[in-house]
Amino acid sequence: MKRLLPGSARSFQSLGALLLMVVALSFATPKFLTVVNELNILRQISVNLCLSIGLTLVILAGGIDLSVGAVLGLSGAVAAGLLKSGMAFPSWGFELQFTVCGALLAGVLVGALAGFANAFVITWLLLPPFVATLAMLSIARGLTYLWTGGLPITGLDPAFDFLGSGFVLGIPLPVWIVAVLTILASLLTTQTPFGRHLYAVGGSERAAYLTGLSVKKIKVWVYVLAGALSALAGVIVTARLDSAQPNAGLGYELDGIAAVVIGGTSLSGGQGSVWGTVLGCLIIGVLNNGLALLDVSPFWQQVIKGVVIILAVVLDRWGARQERLT
Amino acid sequence: MTVPVMLARGVTKAFPGVKALDNVTLRLEAGRMVALVGENGAGKSTLMSVLSGVIQPDAGAIELDGHAVRFANTRQARQSGVSAIFQELSLATNLTVAQNILLGSEPVTALGRIDYGRMNETARRVLDRLGLQISPTARVGSLRVAQQQGVEIARAIREKARVLIMDEPTSALGREETQRLLRLVVDLKRDAVAIVYITHKFEELAGLADEIAVMRDGRLLTQAPYADMTQQEVVRLMVGREEPGTAARNEAQAVAGTALEVRSLSLRHPIRPNDYVVRDVSLRVGRGEIVGLFGLIGAGRTELLEALFGAHGQRTSGEILVHESPVRVRSPAEAVGAGLALAPEDRKHDGLVLGMSSRENVALARTGLRNSLAFLSRASEAALVSPLLQRLGFKGPSVEEPARSLSGGNQQKVVLAKWLAVGPKVLLLDEPTRGIDVRAKSDFHQCIRELAARGMGILFASSEIPEVLGLAHRIIVLSQGSVTGEFRAVGTTPDQLLTAALPRTSREAMLT
Repeated sequence: MKRLLPGSARSFQSLGALLLMVVALSFATPKFLTVVNELNILRQISVNLCLSIGLTLVILAGGIDLSVGAVLGLSGAVAAGLLKSGMAFPSWGFELQFTVCGALLAGVLVGALAGFANAFVITWLLLPPFVATLAMLSIARGLTYLWTGGLPITGLDPAFDFLGSGFVLGIPLPVWIVAVLTILASLLTTQTPFGRHLYAVGGSERAAYLTGLSVKKIKVWVYVLAGALSALAGVIVTARLDSAQPNAGLGYELDGIAAVVIGGTSLSGGQGSVWGTVLGCLIIGVLNNGLALLDVSPFWQQVIKGVVIILAVVLDRWGARQERLT
Repeated sequence: MTVPVMLARGVTKAFPGVKALDNVTLRLEAGRMVALVGENGAGKSTLMSVLSGVIQPDAGAIELDGHAVRFANTRQARQSGVSAIFQELSLATNLTVAQNILLGSEPVTALGRIDYGRMNETARRVLDRLGLQISPTARVGSLRVAQQQGVEIARAIREKARVLIMDEPTSALGREETQRLLRLVVDLKRDAVAIVYITHKFEELAGLADEIAVMRDGRLLTQAPYADMTQQEVVRLMVGREEPGTAARNEAQAVAGTALEVRSLSLRHPIRPNDYVVRDVSLRVGRGEIVGLFGLIGAGRTELLEALFGAHGQRTSGEILVHESPVRVRSPAEAVGAGLALAPEDRKHDGLVLGMSSRENVALARTGLRNSLAFLSRASEAALVSPLLQRLGFKGPSVEEPARSLSGGNQQKVVLAKWLAVGPKVLLLDEPTRGIDVRAKSDFHQCIRELAARGMGILFASSEIPEVLGLAHRIIVLSQGSVTGEFRAVGTTPDQLLTAALPRTSREAMLT
């Protein structure tokens, strides 16, 4: 089964490209191949990977979610706000205080709800996922500004800070979290009926429906998971910065989609893997990091990233054709 | 001997694991029709793809008027006068008839705007020449399949096609429409077009085919004058052995009990509020009984089966009983739970996930029943899937190959195996053998009989009278969404079925 392991011919290409970049950068700058820098890269990509895993699930099922960046911002802000000031119900005369754990869960819940709202609009109101999640992008961003009043929420519990900046066994905590999520998502997609059904819905929704699969239920779960994972990414970002920025996550959906696509997942659904997305995130992360170390202007970084996306997909197609011919 | 219009010489094409074409030589001459026959997977479609530029041969040459040519794509082939009409039509359904016919060569005014007047006029002329009553400004999506095929032919004609390759053009057509298409082919021959006609229906070839070419296992065994070959000889060449005599047909074994009962099933029209696609249908399928559902195109066969299977949700009303107990079927998931299974008409898109392997496709319905977080085991899946496919006579390369790469017959076996894996009480089959060759067809019929013999109730829809009469114990005829006749298969003639199937207002229906 080719998509079970990253060891298929197609992933080898992304892997090869990544290794090539690593080798080239190690020669180009001594600062690149150091433990500190590698850990730094891993921490930097953990946020993108967290939301990209959700995005991979959505795209495998033949959908798209443009709202992941905005949901990230909203959830981070909600978690920070609740942690700092709790929630007051003046008419009932009581106030809720949140622990770090409670705030985290509340943030993730907000993301899951946003994902459920996406799923509702897509499966019951039958809007195309592009439109539904574009609307959610706007709604979630607007709610973030309303919640924060447009100002950062700062001065959070130090315990919360640990979630973003802490180390466990010498490795940043966010990296641990995302590594576990990656393994779970990989098992979910390749080893469970749910995962199989995801590919079936993405490959042919009608065939999946006529086979008696609950297509709606699958879609709902996929969007809820994507929302929850974006929310978790949002909480991590907030913890890392020790503040919730109303602009957090702006444009992250694009990096997420780029990572999924570079990782060889087809935007038309049914083809791809979580491990591919890991490679995609690594490629983007190494690229950003390397170019920064080489003092390339951030403006050029954007241009180069775009070219890499095109190259990756062209190579992938080429690889797919070779695979078919052999 | 004259120079042929088109000559394929020693064409060879290999795909992973199979030699799809092995040193094939085919001569096409102006104004002559070559009937290309062969079992599924014999290489007919591959040959067609090579001739029309869809794929390029590994070895061998293609000559036009004695000059070697190499088509990089279908466009080049079309420009050289070689057009192909595939089973999956290649029309833009959102555009009009005229826009499709002149796609890529739109007439423009001096200012560069499309000259719609001239465009529709040109299209009109081509359609008239073919005797097709289709408006050039009609949207292709609103046409019936037969008309769409007409539009494809019109496009080929307008491009001055000298070679036209047709892949089972009548498989989706009713009797009347088939006749019309065949008349069209006669006209094309008169206009010196060389025609390759791929088919499984021998009855269409009489008086039409000039030559017959038989393929088996990627090789072209013979190309001979049609009159020189008897049907028996052709079939023997195709299958590589004597055609098995028509299998003895049993009367339904009197197994006690009813597998499926339907009471006053109706299906509302998706758009028109007070109209019905299926109207007040009641029927019964006994355990071990095979019931054929016959009707012309548009009679509502597919819709009835889909409605039974819950695919139309709230638009369906009526009662369904499986094994004598009422069941609620508002979605395919509920239908599967109630013991129903449907092999849909469009097996490629509705029956299979083409990118998945046969193993994954077969396991799909079964995993749908299971707790969806339980772990899958590839080994236990293979242990489930392989024997099922073997029993059905699956001949694909491996159960790990994507369903996309299988022939139509094997694809249908994968669909059937998917359902057998969940052990349904009632099997609904929609045009189960469309586009499947003679031997695979009789194999398939045998499978169905065996399933019935073990007590499954089978309801199948077909537009082919020989299939309905040959397979069913009992036949129900639909016309315009209602039951218009019920026959025992033994002693029923094709005429009786057709008479019952003809719509009462057929004339008006034709004109719309």
